[in-house]
Amino acid sequence: MKKIKKLKKPLTVEQKIARRNLISFGTFFALGGAAFGGWKWLLNSPAEQTGVTGRAHKPLRRALNQTELLFRRIFSDDHLVRTYPKSRAAQRVRENSHIGMRDPGFCVEDWRLVVTGVDGKQLQLSIDDIRALPKTEIVYDFKCVEGWDQIQHWAGVRMVDFIRHFQLEESAQKKYMGLETPDGKYYVGVDRESALHPQTILAYEMNDRPLTDGHGAPLRLIIPVKYGIKNLKRIGTMSFSDTRPRDYWAEQGYDYYSGL
Amino acid sequence: MRWTHWVNFPILAIMIWSGLLIYWANDVYTVTVFGHTFVKFFPDWFYKTLHIPSRLAEGMAFHFLFMWFFALNGFFYVLYTILSGEWRLLVPNRHSFKEAWLVVLHDLHIRRMAPPQKKYNAAQRIAYTAIIVMGFGSLVTGLAIYKPVQLYWLAWLCGGYSFARILHFLLTIGYVLFFIVHVVQVILAGWNNFRSVISGFEVVEGEEGAPKK
Repeated sequence: MKKIKKLKKPLTVEQKIARRNLISFGTFFALGGAAFGGWKWLLNSPAEQTGVTGRAHKPLRRALNQTELLFRRIFSDDHLVRTYPKSRAAQRVRENSHIGMRDPGFCVEDWRLVVTGVDGKQLQLSIDDIRALPKTEIVYDFKCVEGWDQIQHWAGVRMVDFIRHFQLEESAQKKYMGLETPDGKYYVGVDRESALHPQTILAYEMNDRPLTDGHGAPLRLIIPVKYGIKNLKRIGTMSFSDTRPRDYWAEQGYDYYSGL
Repeated sequence: MRWTHWVNFPILAIMIWSGLLIYWANDVYTVTVFGHTFVKFFPDWFYKTLHIPSRLAEGMAFHFLFMWFFALNGFFYVLYTILSGEWRLLVPNRHSFKEAWLVVLHDLHIRRMAPPQKKYNAAQRIAYTAIIVMGFGSLVTGLAIYKPVQLYWLAWLCGGYSFARILHFLLTIGYVLFFIVHVVQVILAGWNNFRSVISGFEVVEGEEGAPKK
């Protein structure tokens, strides 16, 4: 080709076609190969080290965290979840998981909610202490990360009311709230804004009856702005921190934020 | 336009694959008429062959990264067709729907003559515009499922959370069908046509015989 240029002989049509084919197909295959290589790299990229989160491909975890930051910047913290009339609520409420509730020694009567404030002081609350607070009901569309949803009816004390009543405002200034089952086998971390969302409740009733064991008796979290995986059943402890508390499903490769 | 076409191919493939990883976790869709289930999405052998089961978290992570690329690529394509004026060749005009039928008959060898066309025939105009509308639909329904609280109005617009998920699924099935027809048509159209989608020109035999852009 170069020689032809030197002689300044105009290219024949066939030569032009051949040259343009070569360039474009060369580019096509080079970029295609690069894309394929990039894909292989991503697919085979090592899993992150398990800390607060785990088991996701490293680059994908970075993407999840960045996406969370972006959405949290542009989204509003007090968008209300749509609510429904009670008649729409499911009577057979789906039970999806019993992780953290398999301890045979657990006794509902002896249960206490242990709240550790930032000052290090501990509160030990019985279910009656919590039932004494104003009750809030919600009927909303519960959404599972698996893809199903169901309209459910819950009642309990709003987290904001709970915090105010037990004078935990200072603790609640921390960026995250950590909740764990009494046996410590299921645990979630929730960002402050979602925990203090006006529709987040500590629920002790479902369909106007006390919670059944399968639904997390005696007290569970109902947090409509999150997927079901964050709605911890049988809450044992509550704590506050500026770093992300450990989170069962985030360790299994799910997004930590899991906000809706 | 060629660029976005070829960029879209792997992105859509990844979106469909990671979408399957997600769908598996709640694979409830079937085609059922009068109590008889004709198709179940999807049978076990299908999942097993593609190694789909128990990868929900991984699927979500992939899906929520490549969604950005899918959206950006679509945005660039639409921007380009508008700026270049090529949309005039692509968007169906008032004759297209009648002509498209003739094109289909012609392609099925039922009718001998195809109606006159410019760069794209009437059926192509409809198909290539529809696929963009579908892409936009996937984006909208996807967002409605992804952030149904923040974007509650989108979820409402899509007929609610569950219905948005069904639409999102159906659109994906639509892409697969489009892909099959598309590939068959490309094979029938021949090498010269295929090359043009990569290199940007077609060789036209004739007196001029010059490469045509």
